[in-house]
Amino acid sequence: MLREILRRLVATIPVMGVVAIAVFALLHVTPGDPAIIIAGDYATADDIAKVRTKLGLDKPFLTQVGIWLGGIARGDLGASIYSGLPVTTLIKQRAEATIALTLLAMLISIAVGVPAGILAAWRRGSWLDRGVMVFAVSGFSMPTFWLGFVLVYVFAISAHWLPVQGFQSFERGLWPFLRHLILPAITLSVVYMALIARMTRASMLGVLSEDYIRTAFAKGLAPRRVLVRHALKNASLPVVTVIGLGFALLIGGAVVTESVFALPGLGRLTVDAIIRRDYPVIQGVILVVSGVYVLINLVVDVLYVVLDPRIKY
Amino acid sequence: MASSVPALRGELAVAPAADRPGLGGRTRRLAGRHPTLALGVVVMALIVLSGVLAPAWWTGDPLEMRPAERLTAPSAQHWFGSDNFGRDVYTRTLYGTRVSLIVGAAVAVISLLIGTTLGLVIGFYRRLDTVMMRVMDGLMAIPAILLALALMALMKTSVRNVIVALVIPEIPRVIRVVRASVLSLREHTMVEGARALGARTPRILVRYILPALMAPLVVQATYICASAILFEAYLSFLGAGTPPHIPSWGNIMAEGKTYVQLAFWIILFPGLFLALTVLAINLIGDGLREILDVRG
Repeated sequence: MLREILRRLVATIPVMGVVAIAVFALLHVTPGDPAIIIAGDYATADDIAKVRTKLGLDKPFLTQVGIWLGGIARGDLGASIYSGLPVTTLIKQRAEATIALTLLAMLISIAVGVPAGILAAWRRGSWLDRGVMVFAVSGFSMPTFWLGFVLVYVFAISAHWLPVQGFQSFERGLWPFLRHLILPAITLSVVYMALIARMTRASMLGVLSEDYIRTAFAKGLAPRRVLVRHALKNASLPVVTVIGLGFALLIGGAVVTESVFALPGLGRLTVDAIIRRDYPVIQGVILVVSGVYVLINLVVDVLYVVLDPRIKY
Repeated sequence: MASSVPALRGELAVAPAADRPGLGGRTRRLAGRHPTLALGVVVMALIVLSGVLAPAWWTGDPLEMRPAERLTAPSAQHWFGSDNFGRDVYTRTLYGTRVSLIVGAAVAVISLLIGTTLGLVIGFYRRLDTVMMRVMDGLMAIPAILLALALMALMKTSVRNVIVALVIPEIPRVIRVVRASVLSLREHTMVEGARALGARTPRILVRYILPALMAPLVVQATYICASAILFEAYLSFLGAGTPPHIPSWGNIMAEGKTYVQLAFWIILFPGLFLALTVLAINLIGDGLREILDVRG
């Protein structure tokens, strides 16, 4: 088992290598001189030259790639052009809000999506099933930021139940922390929840028609036990897969959700960096987020083996 | 589906119309069997009409500013209210439809064309496969919206560049779908037969593999279109998409962001259009998937 995990971990290295090179190459494949673009519209020739030396753009391409990869290996992602701070410091400062937001959204999505999918499959064709399916399709089509504004309008501006925007660190206490995160987390969770509910339903439908499920019901087991112990366990692989792959959706949604609720997270960091054309920051955030995505899918791969011991790599 | 059995001419002539559903009858039957698909098609048709014929629907000039009518609530004069410059939100929303439809359609078509071509080649030539798929795995590990944002950071804001920025993250995903189908189709007996008859690889790809790929690609196209429309709105909302002088749902909402408390309508209506459009396309996609029997 441990050897398997280690092997998979090693297998992610080439993937991360591609990500690192791709993120770096972006700067060079887009048309135009990157130094001119980053320096901005009102830059003088002197500014452009400064940017060029600062980012090492005057060196040969392969040397630049070498410096970039070497930096990553040492945990150095360069420095922000705007503030001069190391990119890793900036990312650490902004990580709390994003981690809290995505984790909470993930929890809500799984806690609602999985049971909804199970019930819909169990009561196939019923109004409950139809309701879940309508939610799944419309939730998946929902523009995250728009939903955020609607929720803010209803629960914060009209009802005054929750704050309109902002963030409180966990250190200030659990309640202020959660109060500021409820609306953003619900906003962000809807798309993901819809995806999970849909996949759970489809996967459960396949399992529920199996003979052993009929046997389990015939033995007189409680429906809850049959559904969770017998059916869900066998239907869980596709669900776990979609939870892993859907993380990309969650991150994409987090960028806009943070913007709606003024959360000081990685999404805001990226958007601010884009407005300032602070390219090292953009590169750093993308690299870290993609790394997390790869790691989450590694965990999913390992979970496969736990859930279904027949699977071997 | 219908008219699968060729009938004799004589019988056809005497058959009462009710027995042989015409185009209208067939459409009605299809709609009856797939009500959500029908709903999607109707909503989509309305959205396309509202965008294409925007000038005909009692709209004004989307850029005209009337400072005296700033932030007025929806009324007979401004159906969806007006924004902070006194521009008519109804007019701007309808014109915004155009950007969304152009971006959605262009991204779907371009990424499918490029992705299918590359996917066919990669799937058929073993030597390329392993290396290329590693590269694709890496590219797909970058969340699409972040990749698109990074690309926009390096380009000027324009509708064309938004399309480019959204096509690039989509290509590896198309390649993946095409490659998976090619791998299984390659072992099909029809390919073996064609080979035995002396057909060369390009001919096999175009005449045997490509037609079999059409159904999954059509379904894929709808999903790419839906997500491209959403992403265009995200990019414009974040200020890295369609430039402000072209009204798009995303940038209308971006400008309304500051006025959520005062003038919620600036955000409400474009968002409603956006949600309905994406929903309609997804409904069409799900319906097509069912009809064409595409798995996965």
